[in-house]
Amino acid sequence: MTKRIITCTLLVLAMASCAFGAAFKIGGTGPLTGGAAIYGMAAMRGAQIAVDEINAMNAGITFELRYEDDTHDAEKAVNAYNALKDWGMQVSLGSVTSKPCEATAAENFADRIFALTPSASSAAVTEGKDNVFQMCFVDPNQGSASAQYIADKKLAKKVAVIWKNDDVYSKGIRDTFVEKAPGLGLEVVSETTFADGNDNDFSVQLTDAKEKGAELVFLPMYYQPASLILAQAQQMGYAPKWFGVDGMDGILTMEGFDKSLAEGVILLTPFNADAKDEKTVKFVAEYQKRFNEIPNQFAADGYDCVYAYCQALTQAKATPDMDAEAICAKMIEQFTTMTLNGVTGENVKWAKNGEVTKDPKGMVIKNGAYVGLD
Amino acid sequence: MIFLNYFISGISLGSIYAIIALGYTMVYGIAKMLNFAHGDVIMVGAYVCFYAVARYELNPFIGLVLAMIVCTFLGIIIERFAYKPLRQAPSLAVLITAIGVSYLLQNTALLLWSSNPKVFPSIIGRGAFKLFDGELSISHITALTIIACLVIMAVLTLFINKTRLGKAMRACSEDKGAAQLMGINVNATISLTFAIGSGLAAIAGALLCSAYPTLMPTTGALPGIKAFTAAVFGGIGSIPGAFLGGLMLGVIEIFAKAYISSQLSDAVVFAMLIVVLLVKPAGLLGRQTQEKV
Amino acid sequence: MTMRRLINLKRVEARRIYLTYFIVILAYVICQTMSSTKILSSTMRGMLVPICAYMVMSISLNLVVGISGELSLGHAGFMSVGAFSGVAAAILMQGFIPFAPVRLALAMIIAAIFAAAAGFLIGIPVLRLKGDYLAIVTLAFGEIIKSILNNFYLGVDSGGLQFSMLSDTTRLLAGGKLIIRGPMGISGIQKIATFPAGFILVMISLMIVFNLVNSRSGRAFMAIRDDRIAAESIGLDITKYKMTAFVMSAAMAGAAGALFAMNYSTIVANKFDFNTSILILVFVVLGGQGNMLGGIIAAAALTILPEKLRQFSDYRMLLYAIILIITMLGTNNQEIRNFFAGLNPFRRKEHEEEAA
Repeated sequence: MTKRIITCTLLVLAMASCAFGAAFKIGGTGPLTGGAAIYGMAAMRGAQIAVDEINAMNAGITFELRYEDDTHDAEKAVNAYNALKDWGMQVSLGSVTSKPCEATAAENFADRIFALTPSASSAAVTEGKDNVFQMCFVDPNQGSASAQYIADKKLAKKVAVIWKNDDVYSKGIRDTFVEKAPGLGLEVVSETTFADGNDNDFSVQLTDAKEKGAELVFLPMYYQPASLILAQAQQMGYAPKWFGVDGMDGILTMEGFDKSLAEGVILLTPFNADAKDEKTVKFVAEYQKRFNEIPNQFAADGYDCVYAYCQALTQAKATPDMDAEAICAKMIEQFTTMTLNGVTGENVKWAKNGEVTKDPKGMVIKNGAYVGLD
Repeated sequence: MIFLNYFISGISLGSIYAIIALGYTMVYGIAKMLNFAHGDVIMVGAYVCFYAVARYELNPFIGLVLAMIVCTFLGIIIERFAYKPLRQAPSLAVLITAIGVSYLLQNTALLLWSSNPKVFPSIIGRGAFKLFDGELSISHITALTIIACLVIMAVLTLFINKTRLGKAMRACSEDKGAAQLMGINVNATISLTFAIGSGLAAIAGALLCSAYPTLMPTTGALPGIKAFTAAVFGGIGSIPGAFLGGLMLGVIEIFAKAYISSQLSDAVVFAMLIVVLLVKPAGLLGRQTQEKV
Repeated sequence: MTMRRLINLKRVEARRIYLTYFIVILAYVICQTMSSTKILSSTMRGMLVPICAYMVMSISLNLVVGISGELSLGHAGFMSVGAFSGVAAAILMQGFIPFAPVRLALAMIIAAIFAAAAGFLIGIPVLRLKGDYLAIVTLAFGEIIKSILNNFYLGVDSGGLQFSMLSDTTRLLAGGKLIIRGPMGISGIQKIATFPAGFILVMISLMIVFNLVNSRSGRAFMAIRDDRIAAESIGLDITKYKMTAFVMSAAMAGAAGALFAMNYSTIVANKFDFNTSILILVFVVLGGQGNMLGGIIAAAALTILPEKLRQFSDYRMLLYAIILIITMLGTNNQEIRNFFAGLNPFRRKEHEEEAA
């Protein structure tokens, strides 16, 4: 019932915004069904909240948001992108996951429709495209930042890495981490993988790490397999330091998760749902009210994307009657010069190649909540 | 000692495959159809159990019984509306319909229970039996799964060999036409097979998610395929074969990860399957059917 | 079967073949005109090439499942081999064959050769098995191909091609380029696949299959499918014929894979998983085993359907599943089928023949 009320409110809001005059048509694709649906749904919901807030502000700029399902597949993502193009999308939120976004980013580039992806983090997404930007850290940076962090804080000397062998995100982070580690005095003693279909049992990976004396296990992966790894390590009586990346965010909000398992897990993430600043508190409260869940970083990235657009479009004095190509030129100019303060970071800036610069926050999980490390 | 530990891990994983494979093999043996939706019935069973235990704080055992009831009914409904009309159709048509049912269940689950992964509360806790001063440990859930497998195997074998209904099932499996002529209600027998298979799926779901406590709408899909592989490994249609096939598949998977390469473990598992089938074309314990000329 | 009926059968068969060609050409002309006059939406335009690729996949699998009667659950594996070898070839040729259509054609031929080779190697063990065991082994090979490609690295530098397994140890010289990057697949593919190329591939595949089916081998295929033992007893070399069908089918799937891959800027091995194999099988079964026209219509319909269901947002895939089940029930339940067969003169003849 609440769902229906929300849909109705959204409809009314959408209609209301139409009545006030044209709105910018903003579209994105993401997995709304299938195994990766959690990421797509989160980004979409985050973006929707931002759109509703902006439309309600009467600040002279309104948005109309449309998300299409791409089932985490490049082919379907291009179809979804084309559907959005037919709808008249003026600025794009790219795709939520990396591989689909690589495919749609090529379309964005060819069609001159500006894209700012909330969470597609592989380097190939922005490579060679002047009008595709990222809201999240690019994977290689996460890998090297993690290695740097571990070395700087002297967390460990011997490190094990468990990564997902059929996943672009995991592989991207692992590559730079492993490359960077030796130079920083870290020794990668154990490196093991898993893939779809054998992602239930981690006894081999954990035994290997334990036998080789790893003091810290680096987990470049999403939180769902990570939760299994933590549970199985506890059963084995293996208690190294755990180090995660932004995909780990969300582990504390899994329904039924025993938070004590994640005690002491360190992760680099741009977003912290427990942060006390005004913006985050407001966003988290609204998200919880609507969807009865705590937002993860995908939702926060989606939310920030819409605010970034709001700021850029306002500053560029763009109007909804402009075509996508004209807006694209203005957006490239804005995004390479502007600074955004969002829920995923203060002083967010973009480089010419579309990569974002913001400070990853080192977090440690204490008593079932994030605590800043720095 | 590490070798033994790996072996035990393999057995734990294998026992999960085995219990899923039992359902597959039972339905295949009688109805001669590959029920690709079996994995998704497992997922539904796990969700029912999850809600009963985590949300309504019922006793895990009651949750399991509830899940079995729901799954049995679900199995009967699926059979009635999706498979029964296709009794005379080519087996491929039924296979595709089963895949349709699998999509249907996954997407219904997505709408009902959202895509957020849930952590399944173990039905018997996370303890373990420690041997050799804790060098070796066998988790309670593994022990329970193996016991469950053995009990189910024994009950199924007794049921099929000793009861009238079981006899009817065997008759249907041998020759549907002849069974019909002997006054056996073939339709009802096949429906019963599905009901039992789905009830078993609920048990498998609860055990799968207790051993690997994560639950999503796609949870059943991939273990389903692995279990299907296990069933073929052991000789599809053979109940002890499913058990053996499941255990062996689990052990091979873990050993491949540990001693060959964690990256290629799936390739190794499937390569082993191919080798076994080439040597024994009907699986380990499968019956070699004589061709009638 | 009397001589007269045999002639009739030939005539029906010929009519069906020409009808298939005619419909494919007509559909192409309509789509091409609509596309060039911009009447076609971007969504539809974007799907033209993948639809062609899926049609070829459907024809290709139909040769194995429909004509020679073996169930294959790993057909996406051949598509994958073709996609990776074809794209890699196209990237390597980028320097010295600037004309894209020629590069595309060569890439598809190379893809077909690689996939055929894979088909041959896999065919040796697979074709010794029967029924569900054969099916599971094809599934296994599909998974093995996926697993290997997820761990395969291929690079090129001035020293030539370098490849490695498991991790990137190609040690490329300066100026070298890593083409296939394990789980990250291939990125930055030039999108040279075009709708006309897809159309030509569909036509070629149809010609190959129809010629094969209506030749001595084709009759042998069907004899083997309908009664293996009888076929064997009259001296047909079963393995040879099965292998021919299997390898031809793999080659077509390879070419389709290359076409498909070169329509996107990126490709990963996971795209060609069990689900894709199943999807192709659904085309074949829905279109009617052995019925090429049915298979390609099903391929087009099932590719467009999920896109047309977008307006139902959350319920999209649910509706897709329901439509799939209802269609399977509608086309395979004898009562419903007889009802439709009564309406269709072509079908009725078929039924009589089946009954005969």
